[in-house]
Amino acid sequence: MNRLLPVALACLAAGPALAQNDCAAGHTISEGTLTIATGNPAYSPWVLNDDPASGEGFEAAVAYAVAAEMGFAPDQVSWVRTSFDQAIQPGAKDFDLNMQQFSITPERDRMVDFSEPYYSSAMAVLTRASVVEAEDLSPDLDSLKGLLWGADANTTALPVLMALISPERDPRLYGDNTDVTAAMKAGQIDAALFDLPTALYLAAVALDDGVILGQFPSERSENPDRFGMLMPEGSALKPCVDAAITTLRENGTLAELEVKWLQDATGVPVID
Amino acid sequence: MGLLDLQGVTKSFGDTPVIRGIDLAIDEGSLTCLIGASGSGKSTLLRIMNLLEPIDEGAVLLDGQDISQPGLDPQPIRQRIGIVFQSYNLFPHMTAAENVMLAPRRIKHLSRAELQAPVTALFDRFGLTDRMDRYPDQLSGGQQQRVAILRALAMQPQIMLFDEITSALDPELVGEVLDVLRQLRDDGMTMVLATHEMGFARALADRVCFLDQGRIAEEGRPAQVFGNPRHERTRAFLHRVL
Amino acid sequence: MRHTSQTRREIFETRQRRRANLLAAGSTAAVLLALVLLVPRAPGWDAVQRAFFDGQIFLDTLPGLARAFVLDVAIFAWCAPLIALLGLAAAIARGIRRPALTPLRLAAIAYIDIFRGLPVILVIYLVGFGIPGLGLPRPWNSPYLWGSVALVLVYSAYVAEVIRSGIESIHECQRAAALSLGLSEAHVMRDVILPQAVRRVVPANMNLLIALQKDVALLSFIGPVEIFRQAGVYKSLLANFTPYVGAALIFLAVTIPATRYADHLLARQQRARS
Repeated sequence: MNRLLPVALACLAAGPALAQNDCAAGHTISEGTLTIATGNPAYSPWVLNDDPASGEGFEAAVAYAVAAEMGFAPDQVSWVRTSFDQAIQPGAKDFDLNMQQFSITPERDRMVDFSEPYYSSAMAVLTRASVVEAEDLSPDLDSLKGLLWGADANTTALPVLMALISPERDPRLYGDNTDVTAAMKAGQIDAALFDLPTALYLAAVALDDGVILGQFPSERSENPDRFGMLMPEGSALKPCVDAAITTLRENGTLAELEVKWLQDATGVPVID
Repeated sequence: MGLLDLQGVTKSFGDTPVIRGIDLAIDEGSLTCLIGASGSGKSTLLRIMNLLEPIDEGAVLLDGQDISQPGLDPQPIRQRIGIVFQSYNLFPHMTAAENVMLAPRRIKHLSRAELQAPVTALFDRFGLTDRMDRYPDQLSGGQQQRVAILRALAMQPQIMLFDEITSALDPELVGEVLDVLRQLRDDGMTMVLATHEMGFARALADRVCFLDQGRIAEEGRPAQVFGNPRHERTRAFLHRVL
Repeated sequence: MRHTSQTRREIFETRQRRRANLLAAGSTAAVLLALVLLVPRAPGWDAVQRAFFDGQIFLDTLPGLARAFVLDVAIFAWCAPLIALLGLAAAIARGIRRPALTPLRLAAIAYIDIFRGLPVILVIYLVGFGIPGLGLPRPWNSPYLWGSVALVLVYSAYVAEVIRSGIESIHECQRAAALSLGLSEAHVMRDVILPQAVRRVVPANMNLLIALQKDVALLSFIGPVEIFRQAGVYKSLLANFTPYVGAALIFLAVTIPATRYADHLLARQQRARS
């Protein structure tokens, strides 16, 4: 009898999970496995060490939490890599969920499906200490307007930049974070707008003298940047994913993961 | 001593000797014809005189000055020695007049305007006035070759070299080119011709040299070389071509 | 003169021509019809149509793309003459025969080999980010400046190689004829060899110019918002590829007439010479 007890407990624990698994059953591209796509490479703090299977990093951790809610054990989660373009191109997809800081916009929503947001980000101004010194910068709009701005063209940073700051000179645009910071190092741009976690990472890792000048409170921007998991248009998995994320938000798991994997951003001043 | 003197000239291409010790004196105002089979060294000898080929041994003297010594700037020498090739080699992107004007413009720094009158006169003299503004590919072979001669004459050289200039021409065009040579001879131009036109050589040359395997096998007045060749190989050659 | 007095041969040839034209028209129509009828039947056509051929998005984004294209044209316009000059200089240096100037020749060979062998985008990154990264002050660190330098470096190497092949295609006799007149090596090159060589390689160089017009878009990788980047911004905002189709059409609107014009120039040159 004693020997059977752990098995029985395991069955009891698995019961609800198996019941939830039904909502995903038959809707994944490979039966019994949830295939999640991330970027190539995937960056910290979203995925640590470019190793999503470790579950370390905010998005990797959220992915396993969502998978568990949907009834997939960690070993039933499989990872693939895609570019942004591969994520939105028409035709068959090789992932069930794509998770790489996709901002939810109504225009994008016409072409693909987004889950409920798993994160809402403030936008932050990344610059360099030398620029702050040379331009005598302070975190207010007037001093920001005169800067030469850069942004990652594939993010929603550009419309936010134009709406919030409307710089005097046309911003320069780049293909990814690395190129934005390269231009910053080359002195070709003064500052760039990123979501706060990305800005924190770049200031700490990519730039020698990186500084987060300030952040825009989410109520200042008309639609704060919210990240959702991307699915092919009309995905049958969407209700199942949305339910899982809603549960995780309501039971506080998402907030916990945010505290654990994304730095506390209160140290960054708010721009008036 | 002639206007142009070759003394013990030898020349090899790699291991192949092409000129094997040639002595030749070209007198001022004379017409010398070089005859001989293909590969006997006629063209090479002319290119040596124009410094287009450096020599291995011997010397080439122009007016007593050794022009074959290595390191000598060939440009001023070439300006004094004109050469015309079998394949005309007109510059295809220039009109006939521009072909003739190029060297005086670049070397004597004369303007087109300054050259207009003398060049027109030159074309007039050889009956090419109406071809001055044509491009080479709009001219017949005979006309092209005559323009090539004018081009060499434009620098007023002391001596003119002609390398089988009628060999590429249709037979009916040969006459007009030979007429030019005849006219030049009458003007007293010093000329050296490598030629297969035995009739012309016989009628007009002051001297004929028969080249054989890089040597002058026989030379003399045309009547003697053609009428009574001393050398067996000369006889054989003339027998073949006549 | 009566027009009906055709020879039997002419009548035959006219009939043949008419037959050939009918056949050409017929087969072209059949292929087009097949495309129009069959492609929309492909299972993914609706999705592809929405992603690539959204009429409203096309109209909304076209003016912005056209404005961005002005930058492409400007970059092209200031690069092309510099490429012609540097390419010519490198080709001449590559062909130098004077022993005293051998270092110049070796430098030209190294330059051409290196820049012909590198992908354009790599040079744009290295020059566009690398040289300004040395600490140049504004405006000397501009990505427009160094991006253009990168394009000029790469394309001059291509052009130099093309011109060199043109120089080598000029028969040695032309050189001998020019030298025999007493012209200097420099004059032989300038007056006799180059004019013929350059003319001969016009078609190859036109192809390079058209390739340059397209490669200008690569400058977008280091900051300038030209048409390719602008299309990328629209694509990102709208999650739709239609702006790329618009950009492609704008490119074609320039490159196809340019190609045709080059062909026309060449044909006219050929006619003038014959």
